[in-house]
Amino acid sequence: MSGPRRARTVIVDYGSGNLASAAKAFERAAREADLDMEIVVTAEPDALRRADRIVLPGVGAFADCRRGLDAVPGLVGAMTDAVVHEGRPFLGICVGMQLMATRGLEHEAAYGLDWIPGDVVAIAPSDPALKIPHMGWNTLRARSIHPLLEGIPTGDQGLHAYFVHSYALKPVADSDVLAVTDYGGPVTAVVARDNMAGTQFHPEKSQKLGLALISNFLRWQP
Amino acid sequence: MLKSRVIPCLDVKDGRVVKGVNFVELRDAGDPVECALAYDAAGADELCFLDITASSEDRGILLDVVRRTAEACFMPLTVGGGVRSVADIRTLLLAGADKASIMSAAVQDRDFVSRAAQKFGSQCIVVAVDAKRVSAEGEAPRWEVFTHGGRRATGIDAIAYAADVAARGAGEILLTSMDRDGTKAGFDLALTRAVSEAVTVPVIASGGVGTLDHLVDGVRRGGASAVLAASIFHFGQHTIGEAKRHMAEAGLDMRLDR
Repeated sequence: MSGPRRARTVIVDYGSGNLASAAKAFERAAREADLDMEIVVTAEPDALRRADRIVLPGVGAFADCRRGLDAVPGLVGAMTDAVVHEGRPFLGICVGMQLMATRGLEHEAAYGLDWIPGDVVAIAPSDPALKIPHMGWNTLRARSIHPLLEGIPTGDQGLHAYFVHSYALKPVADSDVLAVTDYGGPVTAVVARDNMAGTQFHPEKSQKLGLALISNFLRWQP
Repeated sequence: MLKSRVIPCLDVKDGRVVKGVNFVELRDAGDPVECALAYDAAGADELCFLDITASSEDRGILLDVVRRTAEACFMPLTVGGGVRSVADIRTLLLAGADKASIMSAAVQDRDFVSRAAQKFGSQCIVVAVDAKRVSAEGEAPRWEVFTHGGRRATGIDAIAYAADVAARGAGEILLTSMDRDGTKAGFDLALTRAVSEAVTVPVIASGGVGTLDHLVDGVRRGGASAVLAASIFHFGQHTIGEAKRHMAEAGLDMRLDR
């Protein structure tokens, strides 16, 4: 018999871009946090069911990503079993985070996973001079204390996260919003509910803040 | 508060950085991946590779460079040069680029921009506009789109063109003044201003940076969301950190995470 199995984090690969750099960021964060774990990039439903942690990335349009998820037989079911029924820690990234919502209203309406009740709607900054997409580095404003943000300086003088999006998740319940960023008004930056969390920004592209958040996720025991 | 971005741009030919990067002790100053890591460590907000490889057979070398860079640098990477089809974009994105920059192919077929944006999302489609002033001294300024490194005129008005490709789904405009490129005389601020006012998407100002004040001007007077420069960084005239601190001291909002 082999020894205890290494903890396994699965990054869900459903055709949404290159996940090699995301996987490298998670590997590095695990190493820096001194965590012995395996990072696996796959869409295999069985692997999702056995995963200790699940990461759902996503780039492009909401409806396209939803179609990508549905195109892999058994994927959504397996992910739902692991996350909703088994309570494994989950992190959605960018459109992967938006997919946690009830609906996306980008170009065409499409249903999300409905884990965080709310809609994904166009960002509408109060200042019309602000450019869309919201693209680049912005700070976070934390709405509550959460293990995911532990040790990460937030606020105007805090660290920066890399955003690139034209739509944002507006949860029905304010309590699901863990942090916002300011872009002509508050824009949802991090959501969290029970064992699920999501970031609108790209932690795998966000240097120091990103690696810290990924380490926190890999240590998170909701 | 969203910060203004500073983007170093590396010209890559046959998988090597043209002229290299001399601001830091590198084992191999011509290796794009080493240069990328150095800029990552120096606090660059994004990185841009411009592939100037002559033959398309050598494309595989570039893709390998992109792949190795994406796996080592946790920052956004834009790759341009020779992007002619939806398949080219897909290949770049799959190699690990975050954005693909389109130039000539968009001039020849603007619908390509629409198709690319629909396929991959506006967030990863940059349209590069090379513009040259064609109005005479004293006339109301007019700029035209040029291709082939500024040698070939297209007769297309640069401002209207930028507005059109943005409306077709470009997520960002990389605007280069061909009059200023390589002169170190500063950005063409009237051009930068005219384009940023004509589009709702972010504009990256490029061409002509010779001093750190030029970077400040690009944002403050040109209205650019990001400034791109090559030689002032590559040859050690200024570090990325100096540039960003200078811009912050001038009152711009910059990311100074250390």
